[in-house]
Amino acid sequence: MGMSDSGKAEWLTTRVDNLANWARKNSLWPMPFGTACCGIELMSVLASRHDLARFGAEAIRFSPRQSDLLLVAGRISIKMMPVLTRIYEQMPEPKWIISMGACASTGGVFNTYSVIQGIDQFLPVDVYLPGCPPRPEAIIDGLIKIQQIISEDSLSHYKVDESSEAVAP
Amino acid sequence: MLPADQIRTVMHDQFQAGFLEVTEFRGMTTIHVKGKIVLETLRMLKSDPRFACNFLADLTAVDHLEKGGHARFSVVYHLLNQHDGLRIVLQAWVDEELPVLDSANELWRTADWQEREVYDLFGIRFTGHPDLRRILNPDDFKYHPLRKDYPLEGRGERSDFPVVARTVGSKWSDRGRTFE
Amino acid sequence: MTLEAQQLSTDKMVLNFGPSHPATHGTLRILMELDGERITAVTPEIGYLHSGFEKLGEHLDYNQYITITDRMNYLSPLCNNVAYALAVERLLDLEVPKRAQYIRVLMCEFSRIADHLLCIGMQAVDVGAFTAFLYGFRMREKIYDLFELVCGSRLTTSYTRVGGMMRDMTDESISLALRLLDEIPGSLDEIDKLLSHNRIWLDRTRGVTPISPDQAISYGLTGPLARAAGVEYDIREKEPYSSYADFDFDVIIGKEGDVYDRYMVRLYECWESLKICRQVIEKMPEGPVNIDSDSKAILPPMDEVFNSIEGLIYHFEVTMENRGFEPAVGDSYVPTESPNGELGFYIVSDGRREPYRVRTRTPSLINYSIFQEVMPGNMISDTVAVLGSMNIIAGELDR
Repeated sequence: MGMSDSGKAEWLTTRVDNLANWARKNSLWPMPFGTACCGIELMSVLASRHDLARFGAEAIRFSPRQSDLLLVAGRISIKMMPVLTRIYEQMPEPKWIISMGACASTGGVFNTYSVIQGIDQFLPVDVYLPGCPPRPEAIIDGLIKIQQIISEDSLSHYKVDESSEAVAP
Repeated sequence: MLPADQIRTVMHDQFQAGFLEVTEFRGMTTIHVKGKIVLETLRMLKSDPRFACNFLADLTAVDHLEKGGHARFSVVYHLLNQHDGLRIVLQAWVDEELPVLDSANELWRTADWQEREVYDLFGIRFTGHPDLRRILNPDDFKYHPLRKDYPLEGRGERSDFPVVARTVGSKWSDRGRTFE
Repeated sequence: MTLEAQQLSTDKMVLNFGPSHPATHGTLRILMELDGERITAVTPEIGYLHSGFEKLGEHLDYNQYITITDRMNYLSPLCNNVAYALAVERLLDLEVPKRAQYIRVLMCEFSRIADHLLCIGMQAVDVGAFTAFLYGFRMREKIYDLFELVCGSRLTTSYTRVGGMMRDMTDESISLALRLLDEIPGSLDEIDKLLSHNRIWLDRTRGVTPISPDQAISYGLTGPLARAAGVEYDIREKEPYSSYADFDFDVIIGKEGDVYDRYMVRLYECWESLKICRQVIEKMPEGPVNIDSDSKAILPPMDEVFNSIEGLIYHFEVTMENRGFEPAVGDSYVPTESPNGELGFYIVSDGRREPYRVRTRTPSLINYSIFQEVMPGNMISDTVAVLGSMNIIAGELDR
C-alpha cells in the first residue's frame, strides 16, 4: 500500500484504521463463558435458526488466547470470579466483553451471598444485554453494538503502557 | 410399610432413649430420633423387611433456630422402598454445641457428597466420612451460609475481588477516559 | 516388558479439566490423575455456579419462588415449575383441577423431549458429530415456539402457579402442539439414523463406564442413568403425580448401563413422551385451570383484580403481609420424574408467608457423584462422552 513512501502519517493511519476495523469487526472470535441459562440461549444463536455465522462470529474458540470477544453468559459465583478474571487477562488485545443477561450484568434475581452483583465491578464491560435470558435477537443486536464500537476504534489508542503489567502469555 | 402407630411401637421397643416421636403430615410419615442413634436407625430401616428402604433419595438438614424443635439442627433422610414405592422420612436432631453425626456412607455411597453439602451449608460434621470438606463454597469460605443467622446478602464475600482496569481500548466505550 | 520400557519414567500426571471447558456445558472442574492416556483417579470439583437458591427461597413467598425454579434446570424449566408447585400444593392441601394437571403433564413431556434432544445433541458434539446437534436443536427451537406461545417465554417459563397455571392453553397452542407431535418423529428418526448404528458412535459409547444396578442404587441414581443400568423405577409409573396414572406408556430399561444404553434410553423415552402427549391432548378435559380463588390460597385472575372490588381485595389479602394467608406448619415433599431423574422440593413451613426452608433434591448432584467411581481405568477421551451422557446441568448441580 505504499505506507513507507508517502510519509503522510495522518492520512495513512486513518486508512489502516479502517482496514483493521473492517477486518476485526467482521471476524470476531468469541470465547463463550456460558455458565447458566444464558449459555443455552447462546447455543440457540449458534444453531441453525439464528445462525451467528451471518455476522462473522461463528468461530467459537474455547481458548481465551485465540479469541477477542468474551461473552459472559450466566451468573458468576464467588468461586468462578477468579477464573473469569484469569481468562480475561489471558486474552490478547484488542478485546471486548459482552455481559449477557441480567445475572452477569447486575446479579439479576440472585441477590445472594455467592453471586457477583455485576461483573462490571471488576471487569471492563463494553456491552450489556438485558433480559433473563436475552432472546437470540438481542444477542445478535449486542454483537452489532460491539461491531459499532470496533468501527469507531483507532489504532492510535493501542499504546500499551510500559508500566502496566504485561498480559499473561 | 407399617402404619404410624406401629412404627412408634417398633421404634420405641428397639431404641428406648434415642427415639423421640413419629409424626404424620399430608401423608408423609416422619420418624424423629436423637442424633447419636441415627446410624443404627438407618441400618434397621434398610435391613428390616417391614421397611426395606433400599434407596436413600435425599439427605439434607434444617436449621431450627427460629422455628424451634427438639434441638437446633435436624438432618433429614428421605428413604424410599423401591419395591413398593413407599417413602419414609427420618429426622435426626443434633445440638448446636456438638453438631456431629455418624456418616451414612457405609450404607449408601450417595451419602458421600450429600453429607459434604450439609457440612458446607450447615456446619454439621459426620464422623466416618472419607473426605469431609466443602463442596459448593470455596475452600476459604468462613461461614455456613444456610444457617439462619447468616444474612442472605452474605458478609461481603461477593465484593472482595481485584478490579481489572482497561489498559487499552476503544474511544467509543471509554469516552472521557484517558489512555495513558 | 522390555528393559527400555521399564526404565521409562512412569510418573503420574495431573490434568486439570475445566472449569471453563467446552464439554462441561456449564461449569465443572475435574482433576484427573493420568497414567499415560489412562485415567487412574478423578476428583470432581463442583460449586462454580453456586447461587444460593435455597437461601433465597427462605426470603421469597411461595409464588415468587416459582420464577427462581426456572433457573435451576434450564434445559427443562417447566418440570421444575411443576415439581415446586406440587410440593407447595401438598403443603397447602390443594388439589388443582383436572385440566391443569393435564396441561402440566403435556408441558412436562414436551420439556422432556426438548431436554433429551439437547442432551443427545451435545453428547454427539462432544464426541465429534456436529450434525446431530443441529438436527436436535432445530426441533428444540420449534418446541421453544410452543412454550413461547403458551407462557410467553422461551426458556424461563414460570408457567405454574400455586393452585393452578399462569394461564390456560388456547386452541392455537393445542393445534401447534399437535403439529409438533407430527414433526418430532421425523427428527428423532434422523438422529436415530445418524447415530444408533454409526460405527464411530458405537466405538465411542459401547462398553464405556458400565454401571451395575447395585451401584446405581447405592449411589442414588435416578432417571435415564438408573434405567439404563437396569433399575426399573420410574416415578411417573410407581408414584404417579399430576394424573400420570391416566396415561399409558412404557418404561424404557437398559441392560449394560454404559454410555450407549443411556443414549438409547433417552431416545426411546422421547417416543414414550410423544405417546403421552397424544393421549393428553385426546383426553384433555374442559374447565378451569385454577382452583377457586375464594380459597384465599392463590392469586385471583387479573381481570377480576382490575375490574372488581372483590377481586382487588382478594389480591390484596393474598399478597400483603398478615392478611390471612397462613400455610399450615409442617413439611412436604413430592417426588417427580424430571428428564434427569428424581426431582423433588422439600418444603418446611413455619406458618409464615415465606417457606422456612426449601431444599431441592436435584438429580444432577446425586447422579454426578458416581463419576469418580466409574471413571478410573478409562481413556481420557472418554471423559467427555461420559459427561455428555450424564447430562449434568450446572444450575441444578450447584444451585
